[in-house]
Amino acid sequence: MTTLVSIEHLERTFGNVRALDDVSLEIRENEFFALLGPSGCGKTTLLRILAGFEQPDSGRVTLGDADLLGVPPNKRPINLMFQSYALFPHLSVERNVAYGLEREGRPRDEVRQRVADVLRTVGISETASRRPAQLSGGQRQRVALARAIVKRPRLLLLDEPLSALDRKVRGEMQLELKRLQHEVGITFVVVTHDQEEAMSMADRIAVLQHGRVEQLDAPVELYEHPRSLFVARFIGTNNLFAGVVTAGGVQVEPIGWMPAGPTHLATGAAAYLGIRPEHIEVVDEGAMLGGEVIDTQFYGGLSSLAVAVTGRAEPVIVTQQGVTRVSRGTAVGLAWDPPRAVVLPA
Amino acid sequence: MTDALADVAPPRIAATSRRFRRPGWTIIPLVLTLGFLYLPIGVVVIMAFNESGSPFHWSGFSTQWFSSLAGNQGIMTGLSNTIVIALGSTAVSVVLGTLLAIGLYRHVRSGWIDALAMGPAVAPDLVMAIGLLGVYTTVGLTLGLHSVLLSHVVFGTALVAAVVRARLGHVDPSLEEASRDLGASQLTTFFRITIPGILPAIIAGGLLAFTLSLDEFVIAFFTDGPATPTLPIIIYSMVRFGITPEVNALAAVLLLVSFVTVLLAQRLTGVGSDE
Repeated sequence: MTTLVSIEHLERTFGNVRALDDVSLEIRENEFFALLGPSGCGKTTLLRILAGFEQPDSGRVTLGDADLLGVPPNKRPINLMFQSYALFPHLSVERNVAYGLEREGRPRDEVRQRVADVLRTVGISETASRRPAQLSGGQRQRVALARAIVKRPRLLLLDEPLSALDRKVRGEMQLELKRLQHEVGITFVVVTHDQEEAMSMADRIAVLQHGRVEQLDAPVELYEHPRSLFVARFIGTNNLFAGVVTAGGVQVEPIGWMPAGPTHLATGAAAYLGIRPEHIEVVDEGAMLGGEVIDTQFYGGLSSLAVAVTGRAEPVIVTQQGVTRVSRGTAVGLAWDPPRAVVLPA
Repeated sequence: MTDALADVAPPRIAATSRRFRRPGWTIIPLVLTLGFLYLPIGVVVIMAFNESGSPFHWSGFSTQWFSSLAGNQGIMTGLSNTIVIALGSTAVSVVLGTLLAIGLYRHVRSGWIDALAMGPAVAPDLVMAIGLLGVYTTVGLTLGLHSVLLSHVVFGTALVAAVVRARLGHVDPSLEEASRDLGASQLTTFFRITIPGILPAIIAGGLLAFTLSLDEFVIAFFTDGPATPTLPIIIYSMVRFGITPEVNALAAVLLLVSFVTVLLAQRLTGVGSDE
C-alpha cells in the first residue's frame, strides 16, 4: 500500500487551546480512513488543514510527493463534503454538481455527461432539475457527495457525513458510502464523533483526543487491543478496574487479583484492567469475580446483565447471547478467558 | 353575570376556540386605529379624483387633475430631479452598502461598530441635514443635484448595509468555502455564490433606499441649490399658498409608487428568510 497523504508533526493553537499537538499520521492510497474523537479533539482542524481552509502553526503535509500547505484550497486535488452539505441554494442539483467541472473549464458536453453519470452513481438522477430546498435530507447528502466526487479528487474529505440524517437513513448511507468508495476508487477521510459509524465504515481509524493521536489502528484492533484508557472507554462498552500490575494480571483493591493478558507494563505500575461485556461469562465454578445481578435487559438477540460487585461503584456489565437464564437478585460468579482482558496504563 | 355564565359554560375547549373565532369588542379599537392611520391617505386619494378640487364638497369623479399635473412644468422638473437623485443615490448606495455589509460581516466582531455603520439610517434627518450642509460649506462644495444625491447616498448606504448585514447572518458560511473547494477563485466565488445568496436583501435594501430618497424633504431642503428643486421642495412651496388639487394627484401617484416599492421589498426579504 502506497502512502497518499503524509502528515508530519502538525501543531495548531487557537488562543490557549492546542487543537493539534504534534500530530503525525499517514493516509494510504484508496483506503477509507476515519478521524474519530469527541468534539474539540482537533479532528475538524485537521480536516480543514487538509482542505486548505486552515494553516498549521508548524509541521508538514504532503500529497503524493508534493507539498500541500502552500497550495490554495481551489488548487488542491482534494474535495470536501461539508457537514451542512453547503449546497448552493440558488442553483439546481445539476448546476450544483456541475459547478466544480465548470470552474475547470471543461467542455459543456463533457460536463453534462459527467454530471449525469455521477447523479446515476449516487442514485438521484430524477432530482437533477430540483433546488436543494426541495430535497429530503438523504437526497441532499447524495447531492453533496456527487458534487464532491464528480471532479475525481485524489482525496475526499467528509465532515460528519451522517450526522444530519435520521437513524434509519444513516444505516443505509453507511453502506452506500462504503460501496461508493470501492466503486470510485477515491481515498476517503471521514471525520466523526460517532464510534459506531467509524467502526462500521473505516479501514483504519485514528482516535484523537486533546489534539493528539491516541491510537491509529484497524477497527478490530482498536476494539480488542485499546492501548489507552481513553480508547478503551471511547470505543464500545468496557468494564474497567483500577489497580496495580502483578504477574499475569492486575491486583484490584478491594476486589482482589484479576487475571489478564500479557502487558509491557512493569509489575507494580498503576494500571487499569479492561474487559468487554461479551467476554465475561456467568459460571458456576472457577469464578474470578462474584456479585449480585441488579438488572437484566433483553435486546432481542442479546441480553445484558448489570452485576453489582462489592467494593465497586458501577455495576459490571455482562452480555449474553439470546435470552438470559439469570434473574434479578441472583448471586453469580463471573469469569473470562485471561487473554481477553487487556491491561492499560493508568 | 357570573352565575349566568357558569350555567351555560360549555366545556373549556369549546369556550377557548369560540373566543378566538369571535373577536367581540376588540375589533373596535382595531378599526379605529387603522382608520386613524389611513384617514389622511384616504382623503388625499379621494381629493385627487374630486372634480371640484375642494376638500369640502364632492362634485364628481374626474381624472383632470392628473392631466393638469402632467402639464405643470415646475412639478415635472421637480419630478425629474427627484428621480435622477433617487435612481443615482440608490445605485451608489446598493454598491457601497453591500460592500460595507460584507466587510462588517467578515471583519468586525464588535456590535458597536456594526451599530455605528447603521447610524445614518436612523439618525434624525435634521441632524444629518445640518451636518451635511456644514461639511459641504467647509469643503466648498457647490449645492445642486449632486450634493443632494451625495446626501442621500449617506443614509441609503447605511440602510442597504443594515438590510444586507442582517441577511448575511442567515447565510451558511461554508457556501463560500464549498465554492473555493470546488476550484473557484475568490472573485468567482464572490460573484457566483456570495452575491446570489444576498441578492434578495440587496434588492430590498435598494428599494427601501429608493422610496426614502423619493420623498425625502429635510435633507434635500438643506443641501439643495436654488436652481434644482426636488419634488418635495416644490410641493412644499406650492402648499404654502394653499393646497392645489394637483398636489393631491401628485401625492396619489407618489403613494402608489412608494407602496408598490415597499411591498416589493417586503416580499423579497420575506422570500429570502424562507430559505
